[in-house]
Amino acid sequence: MCSMSQEKTVKTTTDIDSLRSEIRDKSIRVIDVRREEDYKQSHIPTAVNLPLANLLSDDSPERVLKLVNAMGIDDETPVVVYDDTFGALASRVAWTLEYLGHSDVSLLETTFSKWKSLGLENDNKIPEIQSKNHSIHLKPEILATSDYLETSKDKPNVILIDNRERLNYLEQHIPGAINLPYRTLATQDKILRPKDDMKRLLDNRRISGNSEIITYCGSVGTLSGLAYYALKSVGLPNVRLYVRSFKEWKGLEKPIAKQQDANYWDLSAE
Amino acid sequence: MTVSDLKQSYPDSPKPKINWARIEEAEDFANTVKLFRQGKYDEDSFRRYRLQHGAYGTRMTNDYAMVRIKLPAGEIYPHQLEKISQLSEQFSIGSAHFSTRENIQLHWVILEDVSEILRGLAEVGLTSREACGNSVRNVMCSPLSGVCPDEEFDSTPYALATARFFLRNPLSQSLPRKFKFNFTCCEKHGMVRMVDVGLIPQTRDLDGTIQKGFKIFLGGGLGNKSFVGYQLEEFTPEEDLLYTSIAVLRIFDRLGDRKNMARNRMRYLVNDMGWEKFQNLVLKERAIVRATQSVVTHLEVDPTPSIIKRPIRISDESGSSIPDGYARWLKTNTLKQKQSEYNSVFITLEAGDITSNQITALAMIIREFSSEGYARAGFVQNIALRYVHNDDLSRLYSKLLTVGLAKSGALTMAAPIGCSGTTSCNLALTNSHRLAKEIQRKFLELKLDQDDDLRDSSIKISGCPNACGQHGIATIGFFGGGGRVGKEMYPNYQMSLGGRSDGETMLGVTCQRIPAKRVIPVILKVIELFKQNKKSDDTLKDWMHRVVNGKEDSEIKSILDIRKALDSFTIPPTKEEDPDFYTDYGSDSSYHTKTGKGECAA
Repeated sequence: MCSMSQEKTVKTTTDIDSLRSEIRDKSIRVIDVRREEDYKQSHIPTAVNLPLANLLSDDSPERVLKLVNAMGIDDETPVVVYDDTFGALASRVAWTLEYLGHSDVSLLETTFSKWKSLGLENDNKIPEIQSKNHSIHLKPEILATSDYLETSKDKPNVILIDNRERLNYLEQHIPGAINLPYRTLATQDKILRPKDDMKRLLDNRRISGNSEIITYCGSVGTLSGLAYYALKSVGLPNVRLYVRSFKEWKGLEKPIAKQQDANYWDLSAE
Repeated sequence: MTVSDLKQSYPDSPKPKINWARIEEAEDFANTVKLFRQGKYDEDSFRRYRLQHGAYGTRMTNDYAMVRIKLPAGEIYPHQLEKISQLSEQFSIGSAHFSTRENIQLHWVILEDVSEILRGLAEVGLTSREACGNSVRNVMCSPLSGVCPDEEFDSTPYALATARFFLRNPLSQSLPRKFKFNFTCCEKHGMVRMVDVGLIPQTRDLDGTIQKGFKIFLGGGLGNKSFVGYQLEEFTPEEDLLYTSIAVLRIFDRLGDRKNMARNRMRYLVNDMGWEKFQNLVLKERAIVRATQSVVTHLEVDPTPSIIKRPIRISDESGSSIPDGYARWLKTNTLKQKQSEYNSVFITLEAGDITSNQITALAMIIREFSSEGYARAGFVQNIALRYVHNDDLSRLYSKLLTVGLAKSGALTMAAPIGCSGTTSCNLALTNSHRLAKEIQRKFLELKLDQDDDLRDSSIKISGCPNACGQHGIATIGFFGGGGRVGKEMYPNYQMSLGGRSDGETMLGVTCQRIPAKRVIPVILKVIELFKQNKKSDDTLKDWMHRVVNGKEDSEIKSILDIRKALDSFTIPPTKEEDPDFYTDYGSDSSYHTKTGKGECAA
């Protein structure tokens, strides 16, 4: 397909078997982004804990650099991130590392619950970490700010994707956005669909490599972080995360679109 | 080892007998949508194609569709429910909807995602093909067929065979209009006189051998103008079932009105021609069909009965206590089957809506409790779990309670029907869907589901005159419209009374217009009038039947007397006195009617 020609394959997820052997080889840093109390109970062996809330309390590059150094990650350390929230929280952390300039970060293909339910190894040992020195090479090309979004969203080659659930999208969204709910990206067992499957889905929606794609969700860029990796997984080259998402957009009183004249909420059995 | 190697499977689960799907239709749909978006497919052809594949238009937008999944004879298996749950989360609104015609509908689906749903359905053998458009729609069968104490025999295999024969059959690809078959179990459970072809199983003694056959009703149907069907002949033997069906379809195909979309259902043809003429035509046509069809043309009726095997109980909870509400639920949601010790359990939903989590839970509950291993969709936006053993009922109730599926009143007046209305339909004038939910909540709050006098009555609501909510056959029926005071509009309903769909089928008689926000007090007032005037063993349904037929001798002698008693409810307050009166349910802005193009007649 010609529209896919400029896409290159990027490693976005790490499968269970690879992670287990990389842990055995001690060649990898695993980050568990769940809450501290969950991490303390059990986690994947050798994993360090970086709760998403901790990261979000201040995600300036300077602070992130400190966190990354403290986790013993330098520019060359392969990193795998996991969560128990269908990959969305892990994605947000992985994206932050990528933004800092880390080039080898991927998501575990499944969640911690699934890992455990498969009877795979886990423990509650807290690893001793030797601090390292990471550099800063920010990648602004993967970030969208509200100003950036406002000036670029109506350009013909820009696709804006809202990853919230359908009813929330219908109720209010950024004008011009299309809706790709985060649930669409996963399968029963894995946080992302197989590549061919994902490609077909996106192709149907005319989301292709010729465009710049910006993803957003409700507030902190988690669901849309997952979408960021979903798009990367099929090799789309030009994807940005609107990391402050709809919450900021609304707070700034920017224009909002709504699907009018229909009582869709009353179809929900919630 | 990969994760997917460890997927849970249930080796004992029964498998569906028929695969309704064709995976290539998913691919074709995706390609056709692309061509349409590129302008290579004109609007009308695309709409016909889309409807043929079960994707209906959505209110005020061309970007979304409603996908209608057919459940022939209402049968639905646990793994199919799990797939639908997943599809509803991924591509719809996280809820699904059980319709009145044994379909499951996924609303607000992006047109470009429809093909993904078709793909998912194909994985579990389901289809939406010919669920909309001018085709043979889902073939229904009573949820009690096979277990009903009053039935002559189980019509399910005939319903399935009929569905199989006509699906993708060239004969039914381009009819003048949609065409519906309903099979039932017995007169009481009804719904055969309000449909193009309605069938009740019958037997007769032919020189000492019992012959199977059907009582067939033709030319009925609900809509802007409704008609009650006519019985074709005394007895139609089973070998004539297919010939009769083909003959009727051929006549409709040949003579049906292809120009006037508003009156082209077969019932108009029957009405215009007169029943006797139509009847003769069918009998003659059938003789031709019988003489000219190849011997290989026959219904593939699979008579193998379901295997009834009580699921193995893993944990013993015999000591656990029975939760509150069990007796009420048992009384209003379950029926004894003809098979001793077994029950059919009905799950009532609010206007047919169920969350994806509940669907997943339901799949496990079916595996755990139904000895036939699958469920059936019912006639009233509900679900039947059959072959539940006496000893398992209280445990089932506890289970349903934990997932919010134990609402009582399933088999009573407290389970109203509401079409989708302004939640998704282009033609709707009012939010009939939400109104049905509000009425149900009020009835359950007042415990009216436990009232034996009300049990066999019904409430059905349509959001426009087109009767998808079946208001014409309700004891108390409503269809939506707009009322006006000067420049202000308010949501309004036309109320009809005394409709029924059993052996004495009749259409409800128009009573008067009731403002939407007065509908609940009016229903309660009607019940009060009934209670004041009823005879000792009357039900509301019986009493209303006498009233609307002018045969009641109490204070309320006719529908005019009811109208008088309700007049005060119909006077609009000023907007200052009661602004809420001028808004519809589910909306806080002033009411105005707004409709788009309907697709029923596309």
